[in-house]
Amino acid sequence: MDQFLQHLVNAMVLGGAYALLGIGLTLIFGIMNVVNFTHGALYTFGAYAMFIASTALGLNFFVALPFAIVAGLALGAAIELTLLRPLRGADIDTTMLVMIGAGIILQSGTLWAFGGVAKAIPSPFPDAPLTLGSVSISWLRLFVLVAAATLIAVAYALINGSRLGRAMRATFQDSDAAALMGVNVRFIYTATFALGSSLSAAAGALLGPVYVVFPQMGDLAAVKAFAIVILGGLGSISGATLGGFILALAEEFGAGYVSSGYRDAMGFLIIIAVLLAKPTGLFARAERVG
Amino acid sequence: MPTHRIAPIAALALGLLAGPAAAEDVIKIGVNEPLTGPFAASGSYVVNGAKIAADEINAKGGVLGKKIQLIIEDNKSNPTEAASVAEKLITSDQTPVMMGAWGSSLTLAVLPKLEEYEVPMLVETSSSGKITTSGNPFVFRISPPSALEAESFAPMVDKLGVKKVDFLVINNDWGRGAAADFGKMLRGKGVEVGLTETMDAGAQDMNAQLAKIKGTDADTLMITAAVDQLTLVFKQMAAMGVKKRVVTTGGSQNPDQILAQAGSAAEKTMHLTTFLPWAPDKTPDPKATAYFLGEWKNRGYPFAGSTESFRGYDGIRTIAAAIEKAGSAEPKAIQKAFWDVRFTGLNGPIAFTKAGPEGKESGQSKPGVYLIEIADGAIGEVKL
Repeated sequence: MDQFLQHLVNAMVLGGAYALLGIGLTLIFGIMNVVNFTHGALYTFGAYAMFIASTALGLNFFVALPFAIVAGLALGAAIELTLLRPLRGADIDTTMLVMIGAGIILQSGTLWAFGGVAKAIPSPFPDAPLTLGSVSISWLRLFVLVAAATLIAVAYALINGSRLGRAMRATFQDSDAAALMGVNVRFIYTATFALGSSLSAAAGALLGPVYVVFPQMGDLAAVKAFAIVILGGLGSISGATLGGFILALAEEFGAGYVSSGYRDAMGFLIIIAVLLAKPTGLFARAERVG
Repeated sequence: MPTHRIAPIAALALGLLAGPAAAEDVIKIGVNEPLTGPFAASGSYVVNGAKIAADEINAKGGVLGKKIQLIIEDNKSNPTEAASVAEKLITSDQTPVMMGAWGSSLTLAVLPKLEEYEVPMLVETSSSGKITTSGNPFVFRISPPSALEAESFAPMVDKLGVKKVDFLVINNDWGRGAAADFGKMLRGKGVEVGLTETMDAGAQDMNAQLAKIKGTDADTLMITAAVDQLTLVFKQMAAMGVKKRVVTTGGSQNPDQILAQAGSAAEKTMHLTTFLPWAPDKTPDPKATAYFLGEWKNRGYPFAGSTESFRGYDGIRTIAAAIEKAGSAEPKAIQKAFWDVRFTGLNGPIAFTKAGPEGKESGQSKPGVYLIEIADGAIGEVKL
């Protein structure tokens, strides 16, 4: 039982970060219909931005985090303005190739600038964990969970509750109609891509201090993000959130009770099982109609 | 035939002739290491150590009157890439001898290429037993196979009071080989072996494995992984409150880096290593150790990397010694000459003895293996 609780706590912490990755991608891939191959690179970018801010710039950890998120927002906006805006209306293959290229440039640029050796981001939290009975969790991970939950709530409120969010949903349902209703469609495209990018950068900035930072860290993150989005249903925020937690639970309990060698396979087995039963993902229909 | 047709062909022919001629001014040594991916830190250190050896040898006039030139390629911590890098070094750069490829799975992927092209390779880091027992006569290894590490650790098992051991190992030939060889040694001494948990080479989250290990009654956890993953394991162990004696294997721990990045989480951990840069006077060749560490510092590399980079330094020195003995830079002659190399490396005498099936033996040198401990934020040898 003790071990079960420890696994559960671990999965919740991991799930928070996965959900953040998934939401960022579902905005871009699910709502904007752009197959975003820079998502992993933006995750890496967020982690390096956090690293620079907290070491070279000497910023406080809690200042460095918003810095990294805003840097991700800016990079996302720059990618949209320079690469995607000129390609609007181009076929999906062209856009996909350009995004693959952008992803390679970002990853190689990171490697060129920082080298391949992993970097550690200093954490302001005490090394000693928070222990409740037989379950332990580090303060840093607890902070990551709380921060991820906050960001998820903010993103959800923004998309579903604000004027901007309504304009976003309108634009991607029918951009001509939205434009006729006075929505600045060009701005909405940029804003959506930048928002999705900043969430990916946020996930990188939050997990960077937990793990280590290196140029290829985004590869596995991107694969998982795509899996989460497909599992949850394209374009669904709640789906991506739930998908993130399902993937984390599957990995954690699969590794804990079946075999740690097949940890990453466990997550994908669950996804295959879900897609066999519900090919459009867990939440696709309900969200898209509304 | 009109001249305008002959000209390009003649130029091409001249080019082909000129190619090898130009190459004879230097002796090329191929270096196949992971410079990106999960093993980037370790691979980069090995390469930097190799460069120190090459510069030192060239400053003294080179080998056979020629300068040596390192052709360094990145195998991206990926076995498929390691094999293509070896092929590129042999066929395109025409290196008569190579060093590589850090990880056991990477080295094992290169082995068939050595047989195919009949080019020898010095193995500087890998510890899987299979490398020298699979009957490849082109392999010469200066790092300890995990069975040798286990044998060196055997006398310490009773003294430490080890009763039951769990393993947490990287899921490749290196980690699984270490778990098998250490497990065999421990069972032979009547020590119980519990869980054997694995982690992928690039895995960053080992909490699931650690939660499982936390719940067992084993007193000791043996871990096999490279420095970055070890750092994460120690931090996650501390966060989860896993309290067991920790012994790591493989010699790629860079203890000073662990101390710097894992801090108090690394306290009381023990590590099997093959080089003692903390006490240069006590190494087998203090003068060479002092030179190497001095040069390492001059070049601005972190001291932490020296436990890894010395492998590259000794590797290139061993290769240079073999070329000198061979009297020519031909692959066949170098392969034969490796058997006659005798000199004192930074961690003990380097001399190859036969390993593996008869008639197709690989060369294996027997380096010293030491147990060190991180205690009160300092690193020292454990004397038992």
